[in-house]
Amino acid sequence: MTSASLPTRRSEFAAGFRDMTPLIIGGIPFGIIYGALAVASGISPWTTLAMSLFVFAGSSQFIAVGLIAGGASIPVIILTTFVVNLRHALYSASLAPFVRHLPQRWLLPLAAMLTDESFLVTNRPYQRTDSSPTKHGDYLGANLGMYIPWQISTLIGILFGAVIPDASQLGLDFAMSATFIGMLVPAIKGRPVLLAVVVAGVTAILAHGLPNQIGLFLAAVLGVIAGVIGERLWPDQAAYTLAAEAHDEAELTIAETHE
Amino acid sequence: MNELLLVAGMAAVTLGIRYPVLVLVGKIPLPESVFRALRYVPPAVLTAIIVPAVLMPAGTVDVSPTNAYLVAGIVSALVAWRTKSLLLTIIIGMAVMLIWSAVVG
Repeated sequence: MTSASLPTRRSEFAAGFRDMTPLIIGGIPFGIIYGALAVASGISPWTTLAMSLFVFAGSSQFIAVGLIAGGASIPVIILTTFVVNLRHALYSASLAPFVRHLPQRWLLPLAAMLTDESFLVTNRPYQRTDSSPTKHGDYLGANLGMYIPWQISTLIGILFGAVIPDASQLGLDFAMSATFIGMLVPAIKGRPVLLAVVVAGVTAILAHGLPNQIGLFLAAVLGVIAGVIGERLWPDQAAYTLAAEAHDEAELTIAETHE
Repeated sequence: MNELLLVAGMAAVTLGIRYPVLVLVGKIPLPESVFRALRYVPPAVLTAIIVPAVLMPAGTVDVSPTNAYLVAGIVSALVAWRTKSLLLTIIIGMAVMLIWSAVVG
Protein backbone atom coordinates (compact mmCIF):
# COMPACT_ATOMS: atom_id res chain seq x y z
CA MET A 1 0.00 0.00 0.00
CA THR A 2 1.30 3.45 -0.88
CA SER A 3 1.40 5.63 2.19
CA ALA A 4 2.24 8.74 0.15
CA SER A 5 -1.36 9.72 -0.49
CA LEU A 6 -4.03 9.52 2.19
CA PRO A 7 -6.13 6.41 1.52
CA THR A 8 -9.81 6.84 0.89
CA ARG A 9 -12.50 4.47 2.11
CA ARG A 10 -12.82 3.19 -1.44
CA SER A 11 -9.09 2.50 -1.86
CA GLU A 12 -9.02 0.84 1.55
CA PHE A 13 -11.96 -1.32 0.47
CA ALA A 14 -10.10 -2.42 -2.66
CA ALA A 15 -6.96 -3.18 -0.63
CA GLY A 16 -8.90 -5.33 1.84
CA PHE A 17 -10.72 -7.19 -0.91
CA ARG A 18 -7.43 -7.81 -2.74
CA ASP A 19 -5.63 -9.02 0.38
CA MET A 20 -8.26 -11.70 0.73
CA THR A 21 -7.44 -13.36 -2.62
CA PRO A 22 -4.87 -15.94 -1.45
CA LEU A 23 -7.27 -17.03 1.28
CA ILE A 24 -10.14 -17.35 -1.17
CA ILE A 25 -8.15 -19.95 -3.12
CA GLY A 26 -7.98 -22.00 0.05
CA GLY A 27 -11.61 -21.31 0.92
CA ILE A 28 -13.34 -22.16 -2.36
CA PRO A 29 -12.81 -25.97 -2.20
CA PHE A 30 -14.33 -25.87 1.27
CA GLY A 31 -17.45 -24.07 0.11
CA ILE A 32 -17.87 -26.60 -2.69
CA ILE A 33 -17.37 -29.55 -0.34
CA TYR A 34 -19.84 -28.03 2.12
CA GLY A 35 -22.53 -27.50 -0.53
CA ALA A 36 -22.06 -30.98 -1.96
CA LEU A 37 -22.00 -32.69 1.44
CA ALA A 38 -25.07 -30.87 2.76
CA VAL A 39 -27.23 -31.75 -0.23
CA ALA A 40 -25.93 -35.33 -0.20
CA SER A 41 -26.94 -35.53 3.48
CA GLY A 42 -30.53 -34.75 2.55
CA ILE A 43 -30.60 -31.05 3.51
CA SER A 44 -32.59 -28.93 1.08
CA PRO A 45 -30.59 -26.71 -1.32
CA TRP A 46 -32.27 -23.58 0.11
CA THR A 47 -31.33 -24.43 3.69
CA THR A 48 -27.80 -25.26 2.58
CA LEU A 49 -27.46 -21.84 0.96
CA ALA A 50 -29.28 -20.05 3.79
CA MET A 51 -26.71 -21.42 6.24
CA SER A 52 -23.88 -19.94 4.18
CA LEU A 53 -25.72 -16.63 3.84
CA PHE A 54 -26.88 -16.14 7.44
CA VAL A 55 -24.64 -18.28 9.64
CA PHE A 56 -21.48 -17.85 7.53
CA ALA A 57 -19.15 -19.90 9.73
CA GLY A 58 -17.52 -22.73 7.81
CA SER A 59 -16.58 -25.21 10.52
CA SER A 60 -19.91 -24.91 12.32
CA GLN A 61 -21.75 -25.40 9.03
CA PHE A 62 -19.82 -28.64 8.43
CA ILE A 63 -20.53 -29.85 11.94
CA ALA A 64 -24.23 -28.98 11.60
CA VAL A 65 -24.41 -31.07 8.42
CA GLY A 66 -22.81 -33.98 10.26
CA LEU A 67 -25.23 -33.63 13.16
CA ILE A 68 -28.29 -33.38 10.90
CA ALA A 69 -27.16 -36.48 9.03
CA GLY A 70 -26.74 -38.21 12.39
CA GLY A 71 -30.28 -37.29 13.44
CA ALA A 72 -29.43 -34.75 16.17
CA SER A 73 -32.21 -32.48 17.46
CA ILE A 74 -32.40 -28.75 16.67
CA PRO A 75 -31.43 -27.56 20.22
CA VAL A 76 -28.36 -29.82 20.17
CA ILE A 77 -27.25 -28.45 16.80
CA ILE A 78 -27.79 -24.83 17.87
CA LEU A 79 -25.91 -25.35 21.14
CA THR A 80 -23.06 -27.03 19.27
CA THR A 81 -22.91 -24.10 16.85
CA PHE A 82 -22.59 -21.77 19.82
CA VAL A 83 -19.67 -23.71 21.31
CA VAL A 84 -17.88 -24.13 17.97
CA ASN A 85 -18.12 -20.39 17.26
CA LEU A 86 -17.08 -19.24 20.73
CA ARG A 87 -13.61 -18.43 19.42
CA HIS A 88 -15.20 -15.57 17.47
CA ALA A 89 -15.54 -13.79 20.81
CA LEU A 90 -11.73 -13.61 20.90
CA TYR A 91 -11.69 -12.13 17.39
CA SER A 92 -14.39 -9.57 18.18
CA ALA A 93 -12.56 -8.55 21.35
CA SER A 94 -9.36 -8.05 19.33
CA LEU A 95 -11.05 -5.87 16.72
CA ALA A 96 -13.43 -3.98 19.00
CA PRO A 97 -11.10 -1.15 20.12
CA PHE A 98 -10.58 -0.15 16.48
CA VAL A 99 -14.20 0.08 15.41
CA ARG A 100 -15.78 1.74 18.44
CA HIS A 101 -16.13 5.06 16.59
CA LEU A 102 -18.26 3.46 13.87
CA PRO A 103 -22.06 3.77 13.69
CA GLN A 104 -24.31 0.71 14.07
CA ARG A 105 -24.94 0.42 10.34
CA TRP A 106 -21.24 -0.50 10.03
CA LEU A 107 -20.85 -2.61 13.17
CA LEU A 108 -23.66 -5.06 12.46
CA PRO A 109 -22.49 -6.20 8.99
CA LEU A 110 -18.85 -6.23 10.07
CA ALA A 111 -19.74 -8.47 13.02
CA ALA A 112 -21.96 -10.71 10.89
CA MET A 113 -19.17 -11.41 8.41
CA LEU A 114 -16.47 -12.25 10.96
CA THR A 115 -14.68 -15.54 10.29
CA ASP A 116 -11.26 -17.09 10.93
CA GLU A 117 -10.03 -15.84 7.57
CA SER A 118 -11.54 -12.37 7.66
CA PHE A 119 -10.26 -11.83 11.21
CA LEU A 120 -6.71 -12.68 10.18
CA VAL A 121 -6.85 -10.19 7.33
CA THR A 122 -8.96 -7.46 8.97
CA ASN A 123 -6.72 -7.44 12.00
CA ARG A 124 -4.00 -6.18 9.70
CA PRO A 125 -4.93 -2.55 8.79
CA TYR A 126 -5.20 -1.88 12.50
CA GLN A 127 -1.60 -2.95 13.00
CA ARG A 128 -0.50 -0.15 10.68
CA THR A 129 0.87 2.86 12.44
CA ASP A 130 -0.80 5.47 10.23
CA SER A 131 -3.97 7.09 11.52
CA SER A 132 -6.12 6.70 8.42
CA PRO A 133 -9.73 7.28 9.46
CA THR A 134 -11.04 4.92 6.78
CA LYS A 135 -9.56 1.58 7.83
CA HIS A 136 -13.05 0.15 8.22
CA GLY A 137 -13.26 0.33 4.43
CA ASP A 138 -10.43 -2.20 4.34
CA TYR A 139 -12.22 -4.28 6.96
CA LEU A 140 -15.42 -4.36 4.90
CA GLY A 141 -13.48 -5.17 1.72
CA ALA A 142 -11.76 -8.14 3.34
CA ASN A 143 -15.04 -9.39 4.81
CA LEU A 144 -16.88 -9.23 1.49
CA GLY A 145 -13.81 -10.77 -0.14
CA MET A 146 -14.56 -13.92 1.81
CA TYR A 147 -18.36 -13.66 2.01
CA ILE A 148 -19.07 -13.50 -1.72
CA PRO A 149 -16.79 -16.41 -2.80
CA TRP A 150 -18.21 -18.52 0.05
CA GLN A 151 -21.74 -18.06 -1.36
CA ILE A 152 -20.65 -18.79 -4.92
CA SER A 153 -18.69 -21.90 -3.94
CA THR A 154 -21.59 -23.16 -1.81
CA LEU A 155 -23.83 -22.77 -4.84
CA ILE A 156 -21.35 -24.66 -7.04
CA GLY A 157 -21.29 -27.47 -4.47
CA ILE A 158 -25.10 -27.61 -4.36
CA LEU A 159 -25.46 -27.64 -8.16
CA PHE A 160 -22.54 -29.84 -9.18
CA GLY A 161 -21.72 -31.77 -6.00
CA ALA A 162 -23.24 -34.95 -7.36
CA VAL A 163 -20.84 -35.06 -10.31
CA ILE A 164 -17.75 -34.15 -8.26
CA PRO A 165 -16.12 -37.31 -6.89
CA ASP A 166 -15.79 -37.53 -3.12
CA ALA A 167 -13.93 -34.30 -2.49
CA SER A 168 -12.22 -35.34 0.72
CA GLN A 169 -11.04 -38.47 -1.11
CA LEU A 170 -9.20 -36.16 -3.49
CA GLY A 171 -7.59 -34.35 -0.58
CA LEU A 172 -9.25 -31.03 -1.40
CA ASP A 173 -9.97 -30.58 2.29
CA PHE A 174 -6.24 -29.99 2.74
CA ALA A 175 -6.71 -26.53 1.17
CA MET A 176 -7.57 -24.89 4.49
CA SER A 177 -4.58 -26.44 6.26
CA ALA A 178 -2.27 -25.25 3.45
CA THR A 179 -3.70 -21.73 3.70
CA PHE A 180 -3.31 -21.58 7.45
CA ILE A 181 0.21 -23.05 7.35
CA GLY A 182 1.13 -20.34 4.84
CA MET A 183 -0.07 -17.70 7.28
CA LEU A 184 1.30 -19.23 10.46
CA VAL A 185 4.86 -20.29 9.60
CA PRO A 186 6.24 -16.88 8.51
CA ALA A 187 4.71 -15.36 11.67
CA ILE A 188 6.64 -17.59 14.08
CA LYS A 189 9.24 -15.05 15.06
CA GLY A 190 10.57 -14.95 18.59
CA ARG A 191 10.19 -17.37 21.46
CA PRO A 192 6.85 -16.15 22.87
CA VAL A 193 5.06 -16.95 19.59
CA LEU A 194 6.88 -20.27 19.33
CA LEU A 195 5.79 -21.16 22.85
CA ALA A 196 2.18 -20.19 22.06
CA VAL A 197 2.27 -22.39 18.95
CA VAL A 198 3.78 -25.42 20.74
CA VAL A 199 1.31 -25.24 23.63
CA ALA A 200 -1.67 -24.75 21.29
CA GLY A 201 -0.54 -27.66 19.10
CA VAL A 202 0.04 -30.10 21.95
CA THR A 203 -3.25 -29.12 23.61
CA ALA A 204 -5.14 -29.53 20.34
CA ILE A 205 -3.87 -33.11 20.06
CA LEU A 206 -4.46 -34.04 23.70
CA ALA A 207 -7.92 -32.43 23.82
CA HIS A 208 -9.04 -33.69 20.43
CA GLY A 209 -11.35 -36.26 22.03
CA LEU A 210 -13.50 -33.53 23.60
CA PRO A 211 -16.80 -32.97 21.77
CA ASN A 212 -17.85 -29.97 19.68
CA GLN A 213 -14.41 -28.53 19.07
CA ILE A 214 -14.04 -27.60 22.73
CA GLY A 215 -10.48 -28.85 22.24
CA LEU A 216 -9.88 -26.18 19.60
CA PHE A 217 -11.10 -23.44 21.91
CA LEU A 218 -9.10 -24.79 24.85
CA ALA A 219 -5.96 -25.02 22.70
CA ALA A 220 -6.42 -21.42 21.52
CA VAL A 221 -6.88 -20.10 25.08
CA LEU A 222 -3.91 -22.04 26.51
CA GLY A 223 -1.81 -20.95 23.51
CA VAL A 224 -2.60 -17.29 24.22
CA ILE A 225 -1.73 -17.76 27.91
CA ALA A 226 1.55 -19.42 26.91
CA GLY A 227 2.34 -16.47 24.64
CA VAL A 228 1.79 -14.03 27.50
CA ILE A 229 4.03 -16.11 29.79
CA GLY A 230 6.58 -16.19 26.96
CA GLU A 231 6.57 -12.38 26.84
CA ARG A 232 7.45 -12.36 30.55
CA LEU A 233 10.25 -14.88 30.01
CA TRP A 234 11.72 -13.21 26.91
CA PRO A 235 10.53 -9.58 26.99
CA ASP A 236 13.01 -8.56 24.30
CA GLN A 237 11.34 -10.88 21.78
CA ALA A 238 7.77 -9.82 22.48
CA ALA A 239 7.31 -7.50 19.52
CA TYR A 240 5.31 -9.27 16.89
CA THR A 241 2.31 -8.79 14.64
CA LEU A 242 1.04 -11.74 12.68
CA ALA A 243 -1.44 -9.62 10.78
CA ALA A 244 1.17 -7.17 9.52
CA GLU A 245 3.20 -10.17 8.44
CA ALA A 246 0.35 -11.72 6.48
CA HIS A 247 -0.27 -8.39 4.80
CA ASP A 248 3.33 -8.04 3.60
CA GLU A 249 3.10 -11.54 2.18
CA ALA A 250 -0.15 -10.83 0.40
CA GLU A 251 1.37 -7.65 -1.10
CA LEU A 252 4.41 -9.62 -2.19
CA THR A 253 2.38 -12.44 -3.70
CA ILE A 254 0.17 -10.06 -5.63
CA ALA A 255 3.16 -8.04 -6.84
CA GLU A 256 4.74 -11.25 -8.13
CA THR A 257 1.55 -12.29 -9.84
CA HIS A 258 1.35 -9.00 -11.70
CA GLU A 259 4.92 -9.13 -12.97
CA MET B 1 -36.75 -31.20 11.02
CA ASN B 2 -37.79 -27.55 10.76
CA GLU B 3 -34.88 -26.28 8.73
CA LEU B 4 -35.97 -22.63 8.91
CA LEU B 5 -35.93 -22.75 12.70
CA LEU B 6 -32.55 -24.46 12.64
CA VAL B 7 -30.90 -21.85 10.39
CA ALA B 8 -32.47 -18.99 12.36
CA GLY B 9 -31.18 -20.46 15.62
CA MET B 10 -27.68 -21.08 14.28
CA ALA B 11 -27.53 -17.56 12.82
CA ALA B 12 -28.78 -16.03 16.09
CA VAL B 13 -26.23 -17.71 18.36
CA THR B 14 -23.37 -17.00 15.95
CA LEU B 15 -24.24 -13.31 15.61
CA GLY B 16 -24.86 -13.35 19.36
CA ILE B 17 -21.17 -14.14 19.87
CA ARG B 18 -19.74 -11.84 17.19
CA TYR B 19 -21.81 -8.68 17.62
CA PRO B 20 -22.16 -7.94 21.38
CA VAL B 21 -18.46 -8.50 22.04
CA LEU B 22 -17.52 -6.20 19.15
CA VAL B 23 -19.78 -3.43 20.48
CA LEU B 24 -19.26 -3.83 24.25
CA VAL B 25 -15.49 -4.32 24.31
CA GLY B 26 -15.21 -1.23 22.11
CA LYS B 27 -17.05 0.85 24.73
CA ILE B 28 -14.90 -0.31 27.62
CA PRO B 29 -11.25 0.78 27.57
CA LEU B 30 -9.21 -2.40 27.33
CA PRO B 31 -6.13 -2.75 29.57
CA GLU B 32 -2.86 -2.86 27.64
CA SER B 33 -2.13 -6.37 29.00
CA VAL B 34 -5.37 -7.79 27.53
CA PHE B 35 -4.63 -6.13 24.24
CA ARG B 36 -1.15 -7.65 24.13
CA ALA B 37 -2.53 -11.08 24.98
CA LEU B 38 -5.06 -10.90 22.14
CA ARG B 39 -2.19 -10.63 19.66
CA TYR B 40 -1.47 -14.30 20.34
CA VAL B 41 -4.97 -15.30 19.25
CA PRO B 42 -4.13 -15.69 15.53
CA PRO B 43 -1.11 -18.03 15.89
CA ALA B 44 -2.81 -20.04 18.66
CA VAL B 45 -6.03 -20.52 16.67
CA LEU B 46 -4.18 -21.33 13.44
CA THR B 47 -2.09 -23.97 15.22
CA ALA B 48 -5.11 -25.45 16.97
CA ILE B 49 -6.82 -25.91 13.60
CA ILE B 50 -3.80 -27.10 11.60
CA VAL B 51 -2.21 -29.64 13.98
CA PRO B 52 -5.14 -32.06 14.38
CA ALA B 53 -6.07 -31.71 10.69
CA VAL B 54 -2.57 -32.75 9.62
CA LEU B 55 -1.49 -35.16 12.39
CA MET B 56 -4.78 -36.98 12.93
CA PRO B 57 -6.89 -36.78 9.74
CA ALA B 58 -8.69 -40.02 10.59
CA GLY B 59 -9.20 -39.21 14.28
CA THR B 60 -6.07 -40.80 15.74
CA VAL B 61 -2.46 -39.60 15.59
CA ASP B 62 -0.90 -40.94 12.40
CA VAL B 63 2.82 -40.26 11.95
CA SER B 64 3.65 -42.29 8.86
CA PRO B 65 4.42 -41.74 5.17
CA THR B 66 0.96 -43.02 4.30
CA ASN B 67 -0.55 -39.97 6.00
CA ALA B 68 -0.72 -37.69 2.96
CA TYR B 69 -1.96 -34.76 5.09
CA LEU B 70 1.20 -34.92 7.21
CA VAL B 71 3.52 -35.18 4.18
CA ALA B 72 1.77 -32.28 2.41
CA GLY B 73 1.71 -30.33 5.68
CA ILE B 74 5.46 -30.66 6.18
CA VAL B 75 6.14 -29.65 2.56
CA SER B 76 3.75 -26.67 2.92
CA ALA B 77 5.52 -25.56 6.10
CA LEU B 78 8.91 -25.74 4.35
CA VAL B 79 7.62 -23.76 1.36
CA ALA B 80 6.06 -21.16 3.69
CA TRP B 81 9.28 -20.89 5.65
CA ARG B 82 11.56 -20.53 2.62
CA THR B 83 9.37 -18.43 0.29
CA LYS B 84 7.06 -16.61 2.76
CA SER B 85 4.52 -16.67 -0.07
CA LEU B 86 0.98 -17.66 0.88
CA LEU B 87 -0.02 -18.34 -2.70
CA LEU B 88 2.99 -20.61 -3.40
CA THR B 89 2.36 -22.46 -0.15
CA ILE B 90 -1.24 -23.21 -1.12
CA ILE B 91 -0.41 -24.23 -4.70
CA ILE B 92 2.58 -26.48 -3.87
CA GLY B 93 0.86 -27.87 -0.76
CA MET B 94 -2.24 -28.86 -2.75
CA ALA B 95 -0.13 -30.35 -5.55
CA VAL B 96 1.81 -32.51 -3.08
CA MET B 97 -1.45 -33.52 -1.41
CA LEU B 98 -3.07 -34.64 -4.67
CA ILE B 99 0.02 -36.48 -5.92
CA TRP B 100 0.89 -38.13 -2.60
CA SER B 101 -2.64 -39.31 -1.86
CA ALA B 102 -2.82 -40.76 -5.37
CA VAL B 103 0.46 -42.60 -4.77
CA VAL B 104 -0.22 -43.99 -1.28
CA GLY B 105 -4.01 -44.23 -1.67
